[in-house]
Formats: sequence, C-alpha cells, structure tokens
Amino acid sequence: MPKFQRNKGKGAPKINTSSLPDIIFILLFFFMISTTMRETEVQVKIKPTEVSEVKKLEQKKLVSYIYIGRPARHLEALYGSEPMIQLNDKLVNEEGIPTEAVQDFVLFEREKLAEIDKNKMVMSLRIDQDIPMGKVDDVKQALRRSKALIINYSARKAHEEKGR
Amino acid sequence: MAKRELQEINAGSMADIAFLLLIFFLVATTMDVDTGLTRLLPPIPEDEQEQEVKVNKRNVLVVLINRNDQLMVGGEFGTRVDELKDITMEFFTNPTNDPTLPEKQEAEIQFPPGSSPLLPSDGIWRGMVSKGVISLQNDRSTTYKQYLMVQNELVAAVNQLRQDFCKLYFDKDFDQLNMNSPRDKEISEAIREVYKMNISEAEPKNIGGLK
Repeated sequence: MPKFQRNKGKGAPKINTSSLPDIIFILLFFFMISTTMRETEVQVKIKPTEVSEVKKLEQKKLVSYIYIGRPARHLEALYGSEPMIQLNDKLVNEEGIPTEAVQDFVLFEREKLAEIDKNKMVMSLRIDQDIPMGKVDDVKQALRRSKALIINYSARKAHEEKGR
Repeated sequence: MAKRELQEINAGSMADIAFLLLIFFLVATTMDVDTGLTRLLPPIPEDEQEQEVKVNKRNVLVVLINRNDQLMVGGEFGTRVDELKDITMEFFTNPTNDPTLPEKQEAEIQFPPGSSPLLPSDGIWRGMVSKGVISLQNDRSTTYKQYLMVQNELVAAVNQLRQDFCKLYFDKDFDQLNMNSPRDKEISEAIREVYKMNISEAEPKNIGGLK
C-alpha cells in the first residue's frame, strides 16, 4: 500500500486569481503617476551627467529641448557619428547651419507661448557627457543672440557623495 | 414568472485588460524627470564694442578648463574638481579679509520684519557683501561632462553659503523655503542678494593651444 496517495483525477489545486486584477491595477496606477508621456523621439545618444545640485524644472510648457549627441545607432549609416543637434523632435541635418537653425527654433518656440510667458522661456540642454564644448558654445552663443537666456543644463541627481 | 438569478460577471479577463493598459503605459511613458542646473546666460552687449568693465583683479577668480579637462583656478594649475567648492566658498566669503581675495562692501538688505531673532526689528540686515565674480572659461575641446561638473561645484558653493545663512538666521533649509508663501519668497530673494550667484560664463575662446 502506498504511503503517499496520488490525488488522481483531481488535477492541481486552483489558485485564486481574483485579486490579480487589483495587483495589476496598482502597478498600472504607479506607472501612470510616476512617469511622463514620451513626447519626442530622441534620435541622438545622450548619456546624462550626474551632478549634485539639480533642481526640478517646474513649468513644462515653458521648456523647449535641445539635444546634442552622436546619432543613434540606427541613424549612424545616414548621418555618420559626428555630434548632431536635435531641436525638440527635429534633427538638424548637414545642410542646415546649426546656429541659424537654433535661432529659428527659438523664434518658433517663443511664438507658441502666451505673451506674458515669452521672456520666461527655458531652454533645456540635454547634452551627452562626451561632447566637446565647442558645439555647446556655438549653441549657447546662438541662444544669447536670440535672447533665450534662461537655460537648464539637464543632469541627473548624483547618488550621495560617492567617491569623495 | 420565476425570478431569474443574477448572473455573475466573469471577471477573469479583467487581469488581461489591466495588463494591456499597464504595458501601454510602460511603452508610452518615460521615467526621467526634468532635472538640471538652471543658469542664466549673459545677454549680448547691445553695442558691438566690447565694454571694458573695470574690475579689480582681486575680485575675479578665473576658472579655466583646458582641452584635457584639467583645471586652472586663480592662476594655479592642477586643481581637482572636488577642491573647487571650498575654494569658491572661501573666495566669496573672504573670512580673513585677505587682500588677495575679493573686496567686500557694506550692504543693507531688507528681510521681512520680525522673521528672525538675529535681525533688528525693522528686518534690515547690515553686513558685508562680496564683490567677487567667478569667470568660467573653457576650451572648445573640453568635454561637456567636466564643464558641468565644474559648474555644479560653483553652484554648490553658493548654495552652501545660502544654506548656512538660512540655517543660522531662520533655522530652516534654504531649499525648504516655500516659494508660494510671500514671506518665504521674500526671505529667499533677500538671501540671494546676500550671496549672489556671480558666475560669468565668458565669451568662448580657444584656450589651451591648438585644436
């Protein structure tokens, strides 16, 4: 006589899955609250710098983005690997003079803002950490010329005092 | 007529629906929040001629970053980035009234009356404010990372001074001041006056040799 009886015919015991939707919903709400919508596809590779004194950008509608980095891998064949500038969602390609493109971009973005917000426009510079400053200086000069003076060097919050 | 029994709704697919929504949000959103160092660019001078601003030599701390990401601070080569914060803080405070560090001038800055026991009852702070300016210069081949690290140290130094002041007078952290309350806002603006963020980003030029 076998000591352990197989429960034949019964199959595996059923797991109660009625709370599964609740768990998934909690996950869903977590993601809905903690993330933001992806607005632009970034076509350049950006490895952000980590610094300690970062502040949050409060008013999203005042912010325009300038990305500087090397083209993403799937665009390398098209654009090579030299650093490129992306303005919001538009890549500045070879023919365009970058500084002029930036100035046009500032004008265009400023038009979109309400009259009282026009001089509060923030330019968020998202720049790969290995980009030489020459390119960045060109953009900064262009911004100065078009009087977009509030800039934000996008960076991540560094974890507490490592390697100090 | 016989009463029909209430039919139970099959909730088995609820999890699937929630999963679909979850996956949609995972794909369509990003985690990163917009954080960074906010800085003000100097405006282009209206008249094309370079305006010669007479600044006493002791009042300027020149921070140079060369093409190899090495620093030269106040004429001394080879400063490390992590030393920069202390140098900057000393430069802006000049605690020993060193004649090689910046001059200070007397200032009267209005705080909200009665906001701190250390201030006179009219709320005017009388003290010395530094005339120092930091001039940050970089080469065209300096990497962005190094530049931002240096900027960060300079900003950190000023923030630290403001923080110390705020802690001393108001027993609060500077970044805990509530910008929506008019009183805190006034305090914050007054402290910004005491320690100004005098960091100038110089006109770009090629330093550190040929490219």
